[in-house]
Amino acid sequence: MSTPYAKLPAWADYGLIPVINLFVAFVVAGFVVLLVGENPFRAAVILVEGAFGRGTGIAFTLFYATTFIFSGLSVAVAAHCGLFNIGGEGQGYIAGLGIGVVCLAFDSVLPWWLTFPLAIIASAAMGALWALIPAYLQAKRGSHIVITTIMFNFIAASVMVYALVGFLKPASSMAPQTRTFLDGAQLPKLNWVIELFGAKIRSAPLNISFLLALVMAYLVWLLIWRTRLGYEMRTYGHSSKAARYAGISEIRIVIIAMMISGALAGMMALNPTMGDQHNVALDFVSGAGFVGIAVALMGRLHPVGIVLAAILFGMLYQGGAELAFEMPAISRDMIVIIQGLVILFAGALEHMFRPYIQALFASISPKAVGIEAVKGKGA
Amino acid sequence: MAQAAIELIGINKSFGAVRANRDINLEIVRGTIHGIVGENGAGKSTLMSILYGFYQADSGEIRVGGQPASIKTPNDAIALGIGMVHQHFMLVDNFSVLENVILGAESDALLKKSIAKARSELERLEREYGLEVDPDAIIEELPVGLQQRVEILKALYRGAEILILDEPTGVLTPAEADHLFRILKQLKEQGKTVVLITHKLREIMAITDTVSVMRQGTMVATRETKKTTVEELAELMVGRRVLLRVEKGEAEAGGVKLAVKNLTVKDSRGVTMVDDVSFDLRAGEIVGIAGVAGNGQSELLEAISGIRHAVSGSVMLDGRPIDLTGKADPGELRDRGLAHVPEDRHHVGLVLAFEENENSILGYHDDPRYLKGPLLNIEAIRNDAKDKITKYDIRPADCRLKTANFSGGNQQKIVLAREMEQDPGVLIVGQPTRGVDVGAIEFIHKRLIAMRDQGKAVLVVSVELDEIRSLSDRILVMFAGRIVGERGPEATEGELGLLMAGVEQREAAE
Ligand SMILES: Nc1ncnc2c1ncn2[C@@H]1O[C@H](COP(=O)(O)OP(=O)(O)OP(=O)(O)O)[C@@H](O)[C@H]1O
Ligand SMILES: [Mg+2]
Repeated sequence: MSTPYAKLPAWADYGLIPVINLFVAFVVAGFVVLLVGENPFRAAVILVEGAFGRGTGIAFTLFYATTFIFSGLSVAVAAHCGLFNIGGEGQGYIAGLGIGVVCLAFDSVLPWWLTFPLAIIASAAMGALWALIPAYLQAKRGSHIVITTIMFNFIAASVMVYALVGFLKPASSMAPQTRTFLDGAQLPKLNWVIELFGAKIRSAPLNISFLLALVMAYLVWLLIWRTRLGYEMRTYGHSSKAARYAGISEIRIVIIAMMISGALAGMMALNPTMGDQHNVALDFVSGAGFVGIAVALMGRLHPVGIVLAAILFGMLYQGGAELAFEMPAISRDMIVIIQGLVILFAGALEHMFRPYIQALFASISPKAVGIEAVKGKGA
Repeated sequence: MAQAAIELIGINKSFGAVRANRDINLEIVRGTIHGIVGENGAGKSTLMSILYGFYQADSGEIRVGGQPASIKTPNDAIALGIGMVHQHFMLVDNFSVLENVILGAESDALLKKSIAKARSELERLEREYGLEVDPDAIIEELPVGLQQRVEILKALYRGAEILILDEPTGVLTPAEADHLFRILKQLKEQGKTVVLITHKLREIMAITDTVSVMRQGTMVATRETKKTTVEELAELMVGRRVLLRVEKGEAEAGGVKLAVKNLTVKDSRGVTMVDDVSFDLRAGEIVGIAGVAGNGQSELLEAISGIRHAVSGSVMLDGRPIDLTGKADPGELRDRGLAHVPEDRHHVGLVLAFEENENSILGYHDDPRYLKGPLLNIEAIRNDAKDKITKYDIRPADCRLKTANFSGGNQQKIVLAREMEQDPGVLIVGQPTRGVDVGAIEFIHKRLIAMRDQGKAVLVVSVELDEIRSLSDRILVMFAGRIVGERGPEATEGELGLLMAGVEQREAAE
C-alpha cells in the first residue's frame, strides 16, 4: 500500500490542491484581520500589492525567496533520503562563519567574482560539516536526526555568538558583527533585470545569489532524478530494507545526503550576508531555515514546486512588512500568524481537502479517480 | 431456488488504458463458498475492491441481498454486511487483539465500556466459529496465521455476513491453511457467505462450492466445483493447456559453486535461526529447501545473500570465501555472480513507489550499462525494462507505471526478470511463485530449469511442497534451523511432510 489518497490528475494534484489550501489559509487569516477591526479585503490588496505591485516590492519578494529556495532544497534533499533535517537554521547560521572568514580575508584583494566562488565553497563546506555530525550519529549510533539537528541549531547559535563577539568583530566595535565588507565581497544587484521590464526600483537587495538558487534548484532536480546517487537516496528513503538488498551502504548514503542537505542550507547564508547587509551579524538567518520546511512540503519536495513556494513565502514576508506598515492595527506578530496559517494549511494539513476533492472528481468522472487499493502480496 | 447474497451486473473498471474489469456479471449464492481464480492481473482484486468500496466502478450495478446498493467507501460495505480480509493485514502491531478488533468500531465514548462489551462478543464469536485467539495478545507477537484470524474476527465483529478473502493462504503454512479452511467451513455452516480468491487450484477443489474464472478483465466461466477439474480450470484461466508439472531432464551436476559450511545465524533478538547448516550447491543443479515457514529458511537465504550477518561458519562462492560474519555486502556478491530473489518482494525486492523501470535496475544500478558518467542513462534503463517486460510477459506492458499498481504476480515477475536476466552463476530464490498464477508458475519453472541446463546453480526455498518436488534435483528439509534430511526428487509428499514436522528428529532422539 503506498498512499491511501486518491489518484487525481496531475494538474489537480499539483495545482488545484495547493491553491485551495492557500485560499483557505487566507480566508482564515482574513477572519483574524477582521477580529482586530481591519478590512480583510483591503489587507489582502495591500499584501499582494506590497509584494508584486511595484518594482521594489518584486525585488524584495525575490530577495526573500532566494534564501527560502536554498533552505527548501536543503529539506527536500534530505527528505528524499527519508531524513528529516530540521537543522537548516543552524547549518545556515554556522555557514556565516565561513563566509565571514573568506570575505574578511579576501575582500580587499580579490574582485567579487573571485570572492563569491570561494564564499560559496566555504558556506557549503561549513553547512555540510555541521550536518555531518548528526548524520554520522544517525548512521552509526541511531541517534535520531530530528533531535540531533535541533540541538545543533543551538550549538551553532552559541558558536556564532562566540565568534561574533570575539574574533570576527573589529576590536574597536561594540556591535556583535563583522566590519562591513568591501566591494570585493559585495554581490552585484539584479534589480536592473526588473527595471528592464519598465518597473522602477528605489533600492532593494535582490542580487545574483538568486540566480545561484535557481541553478541549485536545477542541480537538485538532476541529482534526485537523474543520478545514481539520487537513485540510491530515493531507494533508501522509501525502504531501508530494499536499499540493503541493493547493496547501498546505509552509513554512506545517510552521510552523503545530509552533507548535501547541509551544504544547501549553508549556501542560504550568502544572500543575507554578501548580498544584502554586507556583513555577518547576529541572527542573520532569522528563521529562514525553518521556513524551508514549509517551503519544501508545499513544493512537494520538487525543485519547481520549491521555487514557487519560496516565492509565495517571499511574498508573505515582503507584503506582510508593507501590511504592518500600512495598517497600524496589524502588528508584525499578526503577520507571523498569517504566515503560520499558510504553513499550517499548505504544509501540515496538506491533505485535509484531498478526500473532498477526490469525491468531487469521482462524481464528475469516476474513471479518473480511484482510491488506491490495498496491494497485498499477490493481491 | 437459492438466494443471491451478491449480484454484480455489468461491472466495468478501467485504470487509464488498462481495462481491469469489463462487463462482469457474477452471482454469489448465500451460504456458499465461492472461489474466484484467474491469471495475474485478471482483475480479481479490482473486482473485490469495487465490492468493498475501495474503488468505484465506471459503470454497472451491485445488488446486495437483492437490493441495489451504492458502495462508495468501505464503511458502506461494512454497513451492508460485507467484510474483507486483506492480504496485507490492516492491524496495529503494538495493539492487543481486542484493541484491534474494536478499532474504529468503539461502541462507547469510554474505552473501558467498549472493551468490556467487545470482550464478551469476541468470546461468543470465538466459540461459535472455532476462532481461538487470546484477546490480550499483542499482534506483533502472533504468527501470521493468528493475525489473519484477528482480521476475520474484526470483520465478524462488525457484523459481516459476507466475507471476502483475497489470497489468504499465500503467507500461511500448510497447517495454518488447513485451520483457516475449517474456520471457513464453519462460517458457511452458520449461513455466512465466503468469497475466496486464490491461485492454488487444489484449495479451490477442496473447499469451494462454486468457482468463477476470470481472464483479462472478463468473467469467462462459472462452474460447480464438483463438476470441474484442476486441468479444466487451469485451461480456462490461461486459455491454453498448462503443464502443472514442468518436464525436465536429468541434472548434470558439475563443480561446486556454493559451499556452505557450519553456518549459524541468529535473528535480531538473538535466537538461533540457522543452526550449523552445511551443504553444497553445484553447477547445473537445482537444490530445493523444503520446510514449514519459520524454520530458518528465510534467515539462511538472507545470510547467503549478504543481507544478514552470520554468527559463524563459512560460505565459499566459486572457491573464494564470502565474508559473512563481517562486512558481507549484497552488492559485492552480485558482482561475483550471485543473484537473489528475496522472499519479501514488497519490502526488500522492490521499491513500490518507483516506476517499473527504476525497479528493473535495483541492485544493478551501478552497472555501466545503465550509466552515463554520474548520470543514469534513462533511455538505456527504459529500453532494458521494456525488453524484460516483453520477455517475461509482464502486464501491463508499461515501464513507467508505478510498481505498486502492478498486480502481485506481475510484481514477482519484475523481480525475477531483473535477477535472471543478469545471467548469474548462482541464483538463490525465495518463494519463486508466491501469489503467481498457474500459467506464470509454468513459465517461471521452465526458466529456472533452463538456467540449470545452462550450467547455473540454483537454490530454491519454498513452502510449497509441490513446487519443491517438481523443481528440485535434490531436496534438503529444514526443521528448527537444521537440515534434517536430504532426499531425491522421487521422495513422496508424506515422507517429506514427516521430515518437515521434525518427526524423524524426535524419533532419533528417543
Ligand atoms: N491503481 C491502479 N492503477 C493502475 N492500474 C491498476 C491499478 N490497480 C490495478 N491495476 C491494473 O489492473 C489490472 C488488474 O489488477 P488486479 O490487481 O485486479 O489483478 P488480480 O487479478 O488481482 O491479479 P493477481 O492475481 O496478480 O493479484 C492489472 O493489469 C493491474 O496492473
Ligand atoms: Mg490480486
